[in-house]
Amino acid sequence: MDKKFIYCDNAATTKVSKNVLEAALPYFTEEYGNASSIYMFGQNAAKALLKARETVAKAIGAKQHEIFFTSGGSESDNWAIKGMALNGAKLGKKHIITSVFEHHAVLHTCEFLEKQGYEVTYIPVDEKGLVNPEDVKNAIREDTCLVTIMFANNEIGTIQPIKEIGDICKEKKVVFHTDAVQAIGNVEIDVKALNIDMLSLSGHKIHAPKGVGALYVRGGISLPNLIHGGAQEKNKRAGTENLPGIVGLAQAISDATQNIKEKQEKISKLRDRLIDGILKIQETRLNGDREKRLCGNVNISIRGVEGESLLLMLDMFGILASSGSACTSGSLDPSHVLLAIGLPHEIAHGSLRLSISEETTDEDVDYILETIPKVVDRLRSMSPLWERICKNEGITGTI
Amino acid sequence: MIYSEKVMDHFTNPRNVGEIADADGVGEVGNAKCGDIMKMYLKIEGDVIRDVKFKTFGCGAAIATSSMATELIKGKTIDEALKLTNKAVVEALEGLPPAKLHCSVLAEQAMKSAIADYYKRQGVDPTLIVGDIGNCEECHGCH
Repeated sequence: MDKKFIYCDNAATTKVSKNVLEAALPYFTEEYGNASSIYMFGQNAAKALLKARETVAKAIGAKQHEIFFTSGGSESDNWAIKGMALNGAKLGKKHIITSVFEHHAVLHTCEFLEKQGYEVTYIPVDEKGLVNPEDVKNAIREDTCLVTIMFANNEIGTIQPIKEIGDICKEKKVVFHTDAVQAIGNVEIDVKALNIDMLSLSGHKIHAPKGVGALYVRGGISLPNLIHGGAQEKNKRAGTENLPGIVGLAQAISDATQNIKEKQEKISKLRDRLIDGILKIQETRLNGDREKRLCGNVNISIRGVEGESLLLMLDMFGILASSGSACTSGSLDPSHVLLAIGLPHEIAHGSLRLSISEETTDEDVDYILETIPKVVDRLRSMSPLWERICKNEGITGTI
Repeated sequence: MIYSEKVMDHFTNPRNVGEIADADGVGEVGNAKCGDIMKMYLKIEGDVIRDVKFKTFGCGAAIATSSMATELIKGKTIDEALKLTNKAVVEALEGLPPAKLHCSVLAEQAMKSAIADYYKRQGVDPTLIVGDIGNCEECHGCH
C-alpha cells in the first residue's frame, strides 16, 4: 500500500492551486517587467497589478485604492498597528485594545509598542474562545487609537463578533483593524457592512504562494509607511511588487470567495464527522465554540497524551496535523490560545489541531478516525499521566 | 527541529516500555504542567539491574531518551548505571535538538530516582550513594 499523505494543516499553509499557479506563471518568465517602468512591457505589469488590486478589493467589498499589497499577514498586521500607533501618538492617543489570543504578529507588535510607552488592553476571551463586544466597548477610552481583534482564531477557529465590534468602534470613532488571515475565503467578508477600517490577509492560507498578502486601509485613513523607499503602492509600501505572487493572490482570493456557502457546507460536514468521531475517545474535549467556528477547523484536547508525540505518530501514519503543546510551539509554555480559554497546562499540552480543506475527502476522514484511536491507545498505554488519571478518576481502558 | 534517525527509531519502537509489577525500585520525575513525566521501574538482583521498564508522557525526545536510557542500564551494575550521564544518552541517540536536552536530563533523573527508591526500600539512605538527583521543579521552564 502506498504511504498515505493526508494534509490536515491548512491553517498553517496550503498547496498552491492549479488555477493560481497558471495565473502566476507568466509573470515569472514572460511578463517579468517592472510595473514602475515606462515602456509598454513595464506597463503590462502595471495593468496586471491594477487588475489584481481590483480583484482583491472586490472580494472584500473594498475599493481598489484601499488595497495595499504586502509580504503577508505578519507585515500587514505590523503595518496597521505600528502605523496607527504613530498616528495616535501625534494626537496624544497612545492606548491600543486587542485580545489575549491574537496571532503573535499582533501580540508581539503590541508588546513592542508597550516598551515604547504605549498602553495596551488585552481583552480576555470566554471559555468558548469568543471576545465579548461589551468588553471592547468598556475598554475604549479617550486616548484609544486602535482596536485590533482577529476575525477568526488560527488555533481554535472561533469566529469573532466582528460586526458588533465594528459597530462599536464606528460609534466611538476608533479605528478598527482585524487580522482576517484565517477567515478570508472561509467566511463572507464585506468590510463596509462590517465597519472594518483595516484588514490583514495572506495568500498562502488560501492556495496562493507564500510571501504575499495585503492590507486593506479604508479611504480617509492615512497610514505612515512601515517600509520606506520607492514609490510603489502609492508611496506607502516600498519595494518592487511581487507580481507573480500578487497575481496569484488575486486568483486565489477570487476562487476562494466565489462559492463560500457551498464550500462551508461541504467542509463543515467533514469537520463535524471528525469532531464527533474523535470525541468518542474518552477524556477528550473540543476547544472553541462548536457553531461559531471555521468550517475546516478541528481542535481537540486528548488527556494523558502529549501533542508532539501525537503529531509524530500521526505523521508515521501519513496524517499531517498540528498541536498547541509547548514542544511544538517552540516555547516552554503551551499555546497562549488554549491557556486563554482556560485550559490547564496539562490539557493544553495534549491538543490536536486538524485543519482540513476542499481537498479532504470522506475516505480521508474515515482513515483519520480509524487511526487516531490507535495512536491515542498506544500513547496512553505508555503514559504515566494517563495511568494516574485512570487511578484517580476510576477510568478503565485507554480509548 | 529535526530529530536524528536514532531518536525516531527509539520513538517509533521504544524499548522496555511497560511496568514491573514486583519492581525493586520505582522512580518518577517531571510533571504534567511542563508536559513530560517519566516513570522507571527496576528489577535488581545483587547489584545488577536485571530488568528495567519505563512509562513516559511527553514529546518524541522524552520517549526516545527514556527508551535509550533503559537500554544503556539494562544488565549493568548499579554503580555503572549511576555513572550514566544525560550526555551519554544524548550521544547514544546521535544528538538532540537544544530545546530537547532537558528530556535527557529527565531520563537520567528518572533512573537515579528509581535507584534511590531501591535503596530506600533496603533501609539505606540513598543520598550518599545516588547523590543529588535534582528535580524538574528547579528548571526554569515552568516558572
